[in-house]
This record gives sequence, structure tokens and C-alpha cells, in this order.
Amino acid sequence: MKTLTFSQALNTSLRASMERDSKVVLMGEDIGKLGGVFRITDGLQKDFGAHRVIDTPLAESGIVGTAIGLAFRGYRPVVEIQFDGFVYPAFDQIVSQLAKMHFRSRGNVKLPVTIRIPFGGGIGSPEHHSESPEAYFAHTAGLRVVSPSNPQDAYTMLQQAIADDDPVIFLEPKRRYHVRGEVDTDLVPDPGSLYRAQVVREGTDLTLVAYGPLVKTAMDAAAAARDEGIDIEVIDLRSIEPVDFGTLSASVRKTGRVLITHEAGKFGGIGAELAASLTERCFDHLDHAPVRVTGFDIPYPPSKLESHHLPDLDRILDGVDRAMRRTPELLGEEG
Amino acid sequence: MSPTFDPSTPEGPDTYLQVIAPDGTRNRCEEIDEWVKDIDVPALEKLYIDMACIRRLDSEGTALQRQGELGLWAPLLGQEAAQIGSGRALENDDFIFPSYREHGVAYCRGVNPHDLLRMWRGAAPSGWNPYEVNMANQQIVIGAQTLHAAGYAMGLKFDGSSAAAITYFGDGATSQGDVSEAMVFAASYQAPLVFFCQNNHWAISEPVARQTTGHIADRAAGFGLATWRVDGNDVLAVMAATRAALAHVRTGSGPAFIEAVTYRMGAHTTADDPTRYRDALELEEWAAKDPLDRIAAHLDTLGADLEELKKRSGAAADELAAGLREAITTMPDPSVDDLFAHVYSHPHPGLEEQRENYATYLAGFAAEAQGTK
Repeated sequence: MKTLTFSQALNTSLRASMERDSKVVLMGEDIGKLGGVFRITDGLQKDFGAHRVIDTPLAESGIVGTAIGLAFRGYRPVVEIQFDGFVYPAFDQIVSQLAKMHFRSRGNVKLPVTIRIPFGGGIGSPEHHSESPEAYFAHTAGLRVVSPSNPQDAYTMLQQAIADDDPVIFLEPKRRYHVRGEVDTDLVPDPGSLYRAQVVREGTDLTLVAYGPLVKTAMDAAAAARDEGIDIEVIDLRSIEPVDFGTLSASVRKTGRVLITHEAGKFGGIGAELAASLTERCFDHLDHAPVRVTGFDIPYPPSKLESHHLPDLDRILDGVDRAMRRTPELLGEEG
Repeated sequence: MSPTFDPSTPEGPDTYLQVIAPDGTRNRCEEIDEWVKDIDVPALEKLYIDMACIRRLDSEGTALQRQGELGLWAPLLGQEAAQIGSGRALENDDFIFPSYREHGVAYCRGVNPHDLLRMWRGAAPSGWNPYEVNMANQQIVIGAQTLHAAGYAMGLKFDGSSAAAITYFGDGATSQGDVSEAMVFAASYQAPLVFFCQNNHWAISEPVARQTTGHIADRAAGFGLATWRVDGNDVLAVMAATRAALAHVRTGSGPAFIEAVTYRMGAHTTADDPTRYRDALELEEWAAKDPLDRIAAHLDTLGADLEELKKRSGAAADELAAGLREAITTMPDPSVDDLFAHVYSHPHPGLEEQRENYATYLAGFAAEAQGTK
């Protein structure tokens, strides 16, 4: 066991992947000497060379497009997109190329490309530095989308994502980069575990589903609710696509209530998919409609307003009260 | 000084490299002559037969679409020299990243008739296994494949391979950001990649002057690429420039760019109607620069037996056409399972569930039909 920050866990994980497989190459802007703007690749170029830790020209479509070409050639590229809001110039290459090549080539071309994206808000940055683009990618057939919430998962899941033969969008909750945790670097995870959700707190009254940056907030909310006599089960989704409905459904059938929280906007978000699918699967077990506590359907706001936008402990507890029918419903009659 | 662009300036030996003139006379073209000095009469005849074959492949494609056997076809008529001259310049281990019109290049790679037509019939999302022929599947998003080629070429360089990559695209694609980014990446890493632009003068209905106010090849020079601007209807000029460009990139001197000035004699695709946007006179003008006629005329000056050549090329084209028709009549329709196959490389629970549910749904009809018998 080692005590590592989230970002150190990612760095250690990249190093382990590169040591294990000489075809793993890192690509991105400023990832070489600088070590990336968040220092996730710190020291790796020095140790592995400029051909394995590749500083790229400043062009996201070019980065992902050439990563696809390298994968065509047998490489296993790990791309760093500097910030969530800068992934969109690469959207065509991700959605029309990376996601579809395996299908297009009838299984002949595998593209084991991992795209790391620091995502989410809470760091007081200007526009384009705090976005949550997961729904775009989760909606695209051919991509897998995961997000770790803690240093151990950061360490384990990144190696699993890199080892996966499918393209994986790896969303790193950037406001959690400095959080410390115990990391077992000898842990050998079972191969399927990347796409499994984890019950991180057991409870009986309500299932609270979160991922990435909001798992910690969800745990805090569950602790606070306990003081009010509500016993919340918290699930760290971990994999946004595919979703581990086995774990989710079992929990919802037990508790009869589900609350989903994410920073991304509500409309067409992951919460919408989870609410619909869990209603289909668990309708007869539900005591209340699924509740969503999310960011608003607005462009990411200036940092002095972001605390209103981001779900926090109180907003989650407010959602819990609604799910428990302790406060009036929010949806009006006209809704 | 590089030539300035005036759309009204007629193309000729002053504007591009030309080895064989439209009337079949051979020019001295010092810049590239040495690259095709081995091409003797039998080799020229082979190139002629290749061009006749892909012209036939193309007319069969259009005919099969008209007969309802193909959903769509993208004609290459007029671009035979560009595709055969470059395709026959490649080594087997060079890797090709094409757009969707390079049937002639695929033909050079020995792609079989089934695989040439499968995608256009709608029977599969693509034709061939890229690794069997060292050619990626067709790319429909304009210019997107140039980045894949740049990445592949970076890999070649990292591997210390002596192979090269080549990517095909049109004049319209040069306006796409991805093509510029591909040139930036290839130049930055000095990757062994040849950019092969078939300037066929039309991006569906938009003339090349809408894409650029100068020669496309001049733009590539701005990215630091070695560039050749050639008569794209002259199979020898194309072959010479492609060989020169490949030799250049193999030495590690960085990427190269070829602008092959040709003309799309047919429609953009079988769904297009070029009479709406272009002048018949322009077609006549380009018909006079036909890639096959000029090689025949040139072979005539060399004393070749044209009648015998046309008999041979006709027989080869007939055989190819028969193979294409045979392929269409024997090509199985895809199964419902193909809907779900290969979306991921290993099982995906959500998709598995959809596949199973749909199979159950379909089985219901089968059971119902059984019950009414």
C-alpha cells in the first residue's frame, strides 16, 4: 500500500502500462518536459523518451486522428486532451472514426486508444475548462466511457482502459487530482471489473448513484442523511458506458428509491438514461420516481457562480427529501 | 518562382509536369524522367491494360447501380492515370489510406470483386480486410483519413520501417482542417507519408477555384512538404512523381505532396447530376486529354500493335466485368446478427441485451408463421 494523490496514482499507472507494453505511447499537448498542465505525465518523457511520450502539435483532431493511425500500426496510444472543453475539435475523429472503425472494418481493425480527459468543474477556471461531456461519448456506439472517483480506481482503471482493445474515454475528475488515498499497486484486478459499478456504502432507504467528482459529495450527503435517520446506499457508477445495471437494479429493488447526480446538465444526460432504464427494470419496486440532481442546462457559468451550478451536499439532500416525499415535488402541474 | 494561379490559364507543360502530351508525343521532363526510364513498351502496355480494366470496373459499377444491384457508386472515369500511375508505383508493404473513389488503387492491390462491391451494395460497412491488402477501408468523411495516414507513418518511423504510407484525397478535401493538420503532424515528425491529391476539379458541384486561389501544391509547400504538381491524366508523369515522392519520404526527408491535375468526367456519385452545374464544353476539353487515348497514341509512335493491345485489354476488362457480375449474383445478404457484430471487440452487456431481445422478437414471427401452417 502506498499513499498517493489521484494524479500520482494516474502517473504511476501510466508508468506501469508503459513498462508492461512497449506499444503504449502517450500523446498530447505539453505532456513531455512540462509533464502536462496537471503534471499527470510528470517525468515520463525523461524515462521513456520522446517517441513514447509525444508532445504533439496543438491540434486535437490531429492528435486523435494520428492516434488512430498509430493504433492501425499496432500501437496502443493514450491521448491526453488538455481540458474537457478542448475535446470538441476532435469530435469527428472520435465519433466518426475512433468509435466506428472496428465496426466499419468488420472487426479487422482494433483501435485500443485511450482518451484521457480532465473533466468537470469546481476549479475556478474560465470557460471551456470545467465541462462534463460524458453524454456525447456515452451516446456513441463503439466507445466505452469510464470515470474513476478515487486514487485506487485511478490507478487500476487507467491500466485496464489502456489494456482494453476498444477505445475508452477516460474521464478524470480534475478537482479530485490532489486528493490522497491508499493505493495497492500490487492489486491484480479481475479483467471485467473496469465496467462494474461499486456499492461504496450500503443502505436500505435510497440508492444514490454518482460517478467521478461527485462520489465524494454523495458519500458526504449519505453521512449527513444518516443523522436524519435516512439510510442511503451509495453506488460509484465507475463505468458510464456500459452501465452495470446488475448492480444498480439489485440496489434499487432493495431500496425502492433512486437519486442520480452529475455535474453535467439534466436534459439528455446520463441521469436521464439511468432513470429511464431503472424505471423499465425496477418499476414494480419503485416507491417514487427517480430523482435527478444535476447541473443546470446552461453553458458552464463563470466561476463566481459555479457553486450554484454544481450539485453539492445540500442539493443532493434536497433531492433525497423529494425522493423520500419529505418535501413537495418540484415538477409543476403544467409540467 | 512558383506559378501564379489563373483559372483561365490552360494547363500544360508550363503549369505541371508532363511526360506524355495529350497527342501522345513524349516531352522531355528532366525533373522526373529518370523515374520512369525503365518503363518500356510492354510495361506501358500493362499500364494501358490496367487503365482499361479500371475504366471497365467503373462503368460496371455505374451500370450495376442503375440496375439496382448497388446502392451507390462513386465513378472514377477520367482519373485512371492518377490511380494506376500512383497505385503501380507502390511497394506491397506501403500502406494506403484512401477516400471512397480509389477503386483503381484497390484494383492495383488485388482486392477481389466481392470486396470491391460489398460496401456499395450495402451488404457490409466496408469491403476488404485492410491488413490483407495494406489498404485501409474507404473513408467517406472528407479528409479524415489523412490523419490516420500521418499517424500510421509516424508509427513506421518509430518502428524504423522502410515502408511508406500514402493517402488519397481530392481538391475539396484540401479545405478540410484535418488535411492541414495531417500535413502539420507529418512534417513535424518527418513521417514517411505521401499526400496524393487528385485535383479532379470538382467537389460535387463546387469548382476547385472555390477551394483555393492558388495551386493546391503550392499550399503544401507552405507546410514544408516536398511537392510535385503533375498532369494527372498522364500515367507516366503520375508514376514518376509518385516514385520520386516515395523515394523522398523513405530517406527520412519528411512527407511529400503530389497534386495530380485530372478531371472527374462522371458524376460525383450515381446520385449526382453534373449537368446542373457544369458546362458540356469543359467535358469536351478534358475528353481530349483522355489518359487511355494518349498512351495508345504514344504506343503507336513506338510501333506497338494497337489492335492486339486493345484485344488484350478488352479481354482483361471482360474478365474483370464477368467477375464483378458473378460477385453480385453470389454475394450473400448480411444476417441480422451482423447488425450487432463488431460494434465492440468484446461483449457489451447493453448491446447483448438488445441483440437478444430483437432475436426473441423476430423468433415470435417465426413461431407465429409456424403455428398458422
